[in-house]
Amino acid sequence: MLRNFLIALVLASFGFIFYNLYNSYEPHTELTGIAAHYAENGASEVGAANLVTAVVISYRSFDTLGEITILFLTAAIISFFLKLSKEDEEKVIIHRGTSELLKTASQLLVPIMFLFGIYVFLNGHLTPGGGFQGGAIIASAIVLAIMANPNMTINHSVIIWVESLSGVSVVLIGVLGILLGGGFLDTTLDGYGLGEFGTIFSAGTIPVIYSLVGLKVGAELSNILNMYQKSQKEA
Amino acid sequence: MNNEIIYSVIAIGIGVLMVIMAVIAILNNKLSVAIVAAGVVSLFASVLFLLMAAPDVAMTEAAIGSGLSTLIFFYVLNKIKRQNA
Amino acid sequence: MEILELGKIGLLIGFLLVIVGFWGVLQQKNIIKIIVSFTILNTGINLVMVALGYVKGRTAPIIDSSIDGVVDNNVLNAIVDPVPQALVLTAIVIGLGVTSLLLAYAMKLFKAKKSLEINDFNDLKW
Repeated sequence: MLRNFLIALVLASFGFIFYNLYNSYEPHTELTGIAAHYAENGASEVGAANLVTAVVISYRSFDTLGEITILFLTAAIISFFLKLSKEDEEKVIIHRGTSELLKTASQLLVPIMFLFGIYVFLNGHLTPGGGFQGGAIIASAIVLAIMANPNMTINHSVIIWVESLSGVSVVLIGVLGILLGGGFLDTTLDGYGLGEFGTIFSAGTIPVIYSLVGLKVGAELSNILNMYQKSQKEA
Repeated sequence: MNNEIIYSVIAIGIGVLMVIMAVIAILNNKLSVAIVAAGVVSLFASVLFLLMAAPDVAMTEAAIGSGLSTLIFFYVLNKIKRQNA
Repeated sequence: MEILELGKIGLLIGFLLVIVGFWGVLQQKNIIKIIVSFTILNTGINLVMVALGYVKGRTAPIIDSSIDGVVDNNVLNAIVDPVPQALVLTAIVIGLGVTSLLLAYAMKLFKAKKSLEINDFNDLKW
């Protein structure tokens, strides 16, 4: 009884705070401050047509580096937690058999989903999209393949090598930015300037960095989902 | 001018549906209904992001929040039910 | 009553979802239900952040040939604020990471004690 009363008190105080915030909110009518700087000079300084990509990779690239680190930590902790013992690893899942619809559809859909994911992160600087979305689509394709055939094993070393090499390459490109450009993770390097605006080879190092981020996120998310699938084998 | 009113009406409709599904997700007793209701909340949020002129965020929320998150929930639910039976 | 504009509608819905999510986290007793309420809370916060960046009557921050009146790729008067969208992009992915970690812990807890009620795990209480 006391617990319910305290919960109601907490919720009522939150409601009161939000009500005051909502009433005193005046929507903006102009872009102000740093958003105005990004809107005016984004195309000429960075060269990307998608301004959100320019903000994520070039202007606030340290936040993206932190996010990549957190995702890596999450994948490592889940691999550690859900590790199977040796005898459980060898077991074969006995089940009723997946339906015919799923098997046939997955054979058709998985290559198309892979292709779509690669398209999304390659064109991250021209259309809506980018590394994180493309990585999630690739992970969904791999999960569809796993669900259609639960005893299929994914080559673990391929995933580990793709993920590690992509992460190291992003940091190496950043260090190249210090040597040849304006700072860590700068997009224009000395010999590799901004291309023509609007083509696929524009915006300096942004396509390269976003493709590596897309591969890394895709590998990590499919590793997490593979761990969850394999944990079904445990007694 | 007409466009703005149509978008606002659609947004209000989607918002009411979202809050109803969120309350269903918490009050229902079955776990599978709660998980699917959370996935529907995420899907409606993705449409609302698109109405507010944010296509990148809409794509990310649809792929990650409504797709992969629901999937992981169902893996855990399957494991728990199998250990319980 | 005149129709509210999209920014204020998004803000209101976000705040309501935050309150519903908090209620679920504080009141429920099943661990999986607590994690579901946590994801609803995350979605509500992301809605609030994107709604704060909306400017009335403008379009998405992508420089395209469909934006009229743009001179020399200077889109100061035609796009919404791109900074909150970049922050929410990061927040959604990290929300997925935290949820999957919570679910891994829930699986291990269930394996140890065969129960999903949070009142049975009182090893750390005084």
